[in-house]
Amino acid sequence: MTGFWQPRVGGLLTLALIIAVLPVFLPNAFYFDVVILIGINATICVGLNLLIGYAGQISLGHAGFFGLGAYASAVLTDSAGWPPLLSLLVGAIAIGALAFIVAEPILKLKGHYLAMGTLGLGIIISIALNQEVTITGGPDGMPVATFSVLGWRISDERTWYWIVGGLLLVSTWLTLNLIDSPVGRALRSVHGSEVAAAVTGVDVTRYKVLVFVVSAVLASLSGSLFAHYSGFITPAEAGFGHSIELVTMVVLGGMASTFGAIVGAAILTALPQLLTAFHDFEMLAFGAILMGTMIFMRKGLVPSLIELVKRVRAER
Amino acid sequence: MVAELLQFLFSGVTVGATYALVGLGFAIIYNASQVINFAQGEFVMIAGMSTVTLLNAGIPMPVAILIAVAITIAAGLLLEKLAIEPARDASVVTLIIITIGASIFLRGAAELIWGRGFHSMPAFSGSDPIIIGGAAMLPQSLWVAGATIVIIAVMRWFFTRTLLGKAMLATSYNPLVARLMGINTRFILSLSFGMAAMLGGIAGILIAPISLTYPEVGVMLGLKGFCAAILGGLGNPMGAIAGGLIVGISEALTAGYVSSAYKDAVAFVIILVVLVVMPNGLFGIRGTERV
Repeated sequence: MTGFWQPRVGGLLTLALIIAVLPVFLPNAFYFDVVILIGINATICVGLNLLIGYAGQISLGHAGFFGLGAYASAVLTDSAGWPPLLSLLVGAIAIGALAFIVAEPILKLKGHYLAMGTLGLGIIISIALNQEVTITGGPDGMPVATFSVLGWRISDERTWYWIVGGLLLVSTWLTLNLIDSPVGRALRSVHGSEVAAAVTGVDVTRYKVLVFVVSAVLASLSGSLFAHYSGFITPAEAGFGHSIELVTMVVLGGMASTFGAIVGAAILTALPQLLTAFHDFEMLAFGAILMGTMIFMRKGLVPSLIELVKRVRAER
Repeated sequence: MVAELLQFLFSGVTVGATYALVGLGFAIIYNASQVINFAQGEFVMIAGMSTVTLLNAGIPMPVAILIAVAITIAAGLLLEKLAIEPARDASVVTLIIITIGASIFLRGAAELIWGRGFHSMPAFSGSDPIIIGGAAMLPQSLWVAGATIVIIAVMRWFFTRTLLGKAMLATSYNPLVARLMGINTRFILSLSFGMAAMLGGIAGILIAPISLTYPEVGVMLGLKGFCAAILGGLGNPMGAIAGGLIVGISEALTAGYVSSAYKDAVAFVIILVVLVVMPNGLFGIRGTERV
């Protein structure tokens, strides 16, 4: 792939265009709300896809980092009285450090053992958020102050839209650059075969730890923004269900495809809104769609569709 | 002191036996297909809910239990036929997402059929506690322990003495060679889902009188069962049973002596500590990776 259709150029421009034009088509606050949530989830998924899709390391606990980011912002602005931007940055750094500390022992695990390890980490975080009632307010959740930068208070949907859209664009740009760099090639070699990668001189552990920390920091940043945007958070944001949802977004959209992760996030965030029309059948329909898509499009939506387009073109 | 400890051990073994049965299901499916079935906990739920419904319809308990286990086995076989077999050669992560989809689907179906509420089930033989050494034990705990011991014995016999059991083991070591030896590996795959569903179902019915049953009951039970299977070393059936008991007893001791708030975290703390030291679980095979 060369020229415009290289994802790093064409894809990024397309994404920028969509983000720039989309508000024109959003009739009311409800649609803005859905699109903002899509942007927040997409940012996490772009990072998570680096870990799952490129480095081949599954994580069933990333909602834990999202939840910690959200609570770091909530607690630091509320109890400590710190400015929101400072809380967000301090939270991201602290969670990055936590991810760095746990990354090495956890990423030594392989396959289902790694799935169990990350799952355990996420659940421990979510139980702690549930139980430390004096700090977090427990299962009932806690309110979060309005986001403000240097006295400028941000509370309307449109401003949030541009903030979230900007963060998504920047993280996508950074991710695509990372993938096309020697680091990206090293990551793919780790996915292919860790032993072969190590033999050719790739420091396997270092790269795995690097993407784990990057994805945790992106999740934390998204969590902080989500907390301020929604104004109220509960420990459920850090729960197992949310972790699974995030992995599902990445896999459904298509692993090792940055735009696949964004598409996956968009579909799985919007789908429950559409399915509310089905009332009691909502969960049933959601599960069926999930199974059906994965059975018939094993590589995920975006890679499967790209293959289909290529095949149709080749037949002409 | 001793009575207190005994009390915690009773409840630990009861819950641990449930985890062990669910974990055994994980191990059996993993051995036949390398798949981790995240819908394992839903088998527990389906069996419990079905039994309650059948009892309410006036069907005597032994018959109700048999029908409920049969329903659960049918659910397991259908899951394998409709969702796992069509995606046979998909990657492991894809298969995991499919079983997660199945678990959401089954929970959704359960909410439709039975509603979101909690249901209680009468104990098998009364609920007057038996006093042993100053500690009270529910008769249902004896049923749980007894049934688990019988199941373990039957499973051991099945895997070591019967041709079918040996065929299952052979498939887990090397599916291709097993097929070349004339083993119908497709049938083995169906069988493994049927057996795992049966084990989960039995666990669900045994524990329902103690813990109530509701559509979400399988979520945590499934995860703890997964913990048990990983703790014992994935694919090692007896390891899964040991893992389940370890998790159950540590949980009860933590709830009793440390903090009941962090009871649910114990399983995951143990698993993290063990995995850091022993990346293949307690009784896992420490082989070298083939490149």
